[in-house]
Amino acid sequence: MRSREIEDLLRRLAPRVLGTLVRRHGQFDACEDAVQEALLAASVQWPAEGVPKEPAGWLVTVAGRRLTDQWRSEAARRQRELNVSTDPSPDEDLTRHVDDTLKLLFMCCHPELSAPSQVALTLRAVGGLTTAEIASAFLVPESTMAQRISRAKQKIKGLGFPEGPERLPAVLHVLYLIFNEGYNATSGPDLQRVELTAEAIRLTREVHALVPADGEVAGLLALMLLTDARRATRTTAAGAMVPLEEQDRGRWDRARIDEGVALITRTLAGSAPGPYQLQAAIAAIHDEAPTTEETDWPQILVLYKLLDRMAPNPMVTLNRAIATAMVHGPEAGLDLLASLDEDKRVAGHYRLDAVRAHLLDLAGRHEEAREHYREAAKRTFSLPEREYLLRKISG
Amino acid sequence: MKYLLIMQVNPAVLEALTEEENKMIMDGHEAFMKATQESGEFILTQALADPANTKVVHGGGVAAVTDGPFLEAKEFMGGFYLIDVETEERAVELAKLIPDTKVKGLAIEIRPVMFSAGADL
Repeated sequence: MRSREIEDLLRRLAPRVLGTLVRRHGQFDACEDAVQEALLAASVQWPAEGVPKEPAGWLVTVAGRRLTDQWRSEAARRQRELNVSTDPSPDEDLTRHVDDTLKLLFMCCHPELSAPSQVALTLRAVGGLTTAEIASAFLVPESTMAQRISRAKQKIKGLGFPEGPERLPAVLHVLYLIFNEGYNATSGPDLQRVELTAEAIRLTREVHALVPADGEVAGLLALMLLTDARRATRTTAAGAMVPLEEQDRGRWDRARIDEGVALITRTLAGSAPGPYQLQAAIAAIHDEAPTTEETDWPQILVLYKLLDRMAPNPMVTLNRAIATAMVHGPEAGLDLLASLDEDKRVAGHYRLDAVRAHLLDLAGRHEEAREHYREAAKRTFSLPEREYLLRKISG
Repeated sequence: MKYLLIMQVNPAVLEALTEEENKMIMDGHEAFMKATQESGEFILTQALADPANTKVVHGGGVAAVTDGPFLEAKEFMGGFYLIDVETEERAVELAKLIPDTKVKGLAIEIRPVMFSAGADL
């Protein structure tokens, strides 16, 4: 097996191994250190000696030995019941590993943690990214990220595994945040940000494999694939923002689109759809349309109405306004926007001005449009977005 | 989200401070750094030298250089903290912890960061 393949194998096995150890011993912190050492040992030994027949078992054994070494050398520690065999344990059955990885995810996405902590911990413990890689992705110094992760680990030490039906949605939300961070990144070298979207997709694929019957997991994966498919056309070579209607659809990733469409089609045939599935369905309609004009806007409008009822959110209403304009004309879209003027959650948000400006442009009210583009440009925190909005004023 | 917390300094106010108040401010900044480092929200801080040491390169064909600050004002930027926090509310919460906010005439300006790049970032 080549070095790169071993790397990938280790990254895939790491969460499973960590989950197994934590299930046996608790002490997330100590287990994590032990697993890191085992991974390091593997990355050194396996290329030279070959990958063992039971790679996961090898890692669990070695990490377990590190743990016992650590505990034995801590004289002040209480006696603990250790259940580590000294023979290489065979790969435990798949169900067990499934449980362990999911449990690890649930723990990293514990509702008591702040969102940045959930994201950092998930990328570290489940994604297997180094602290330096995560720090780089979020444009903070390594020491800042290390502290954040350390603090998060300290916090979950005292918490039990989250129970209840909200824990999987919590995981999905964190994965969505990671994807979004990568997809809407506007600063720093692009390469790192692509790492985040790829990582989000990889982790969501894993969760989908673990709980294939869950429609929202499948929906989120489909949404990510269908959104990521457009990545190459969202910015010009110079980094300027390209809106959907101006993107070169010939350069969209067909393989991603086909996979996403197949996935969401299969999933929608099942139970009643949740918000991620609805968003994926909307993305699928966009991705399958040859042009903006040929897009099935009436169907998109229906889906946004459903979404707005199911998970009401001013951002959804903004998108619904655009769809409304495409179906019933810009004035109808603008009427819908008026309902958001009193909404504190979105008042002063740049998108409200940006969408309003766009619809005013469509309605031929160009002077008013320019006013709102100007306001939006002032309020956005995204440089490419600001440049785009300023260009609309002059252009 | 990253924010710059800028210490807006009024030299006349600083000069009038008692020794006790000076110590309070120094201790307070140390405590602030420790607290934000511990929480994983601290990125960096820089304290800037007195505006008497400032030079300005003025725009235009000639690019004239003058001594002294850009703006003639009572207050100047004494230094800043660059922090990474979850919400604007948290940035304001942290700003209130900076000891300058206890002194009338001093202030902390909070500005969102749009673009980041750098050796460590």
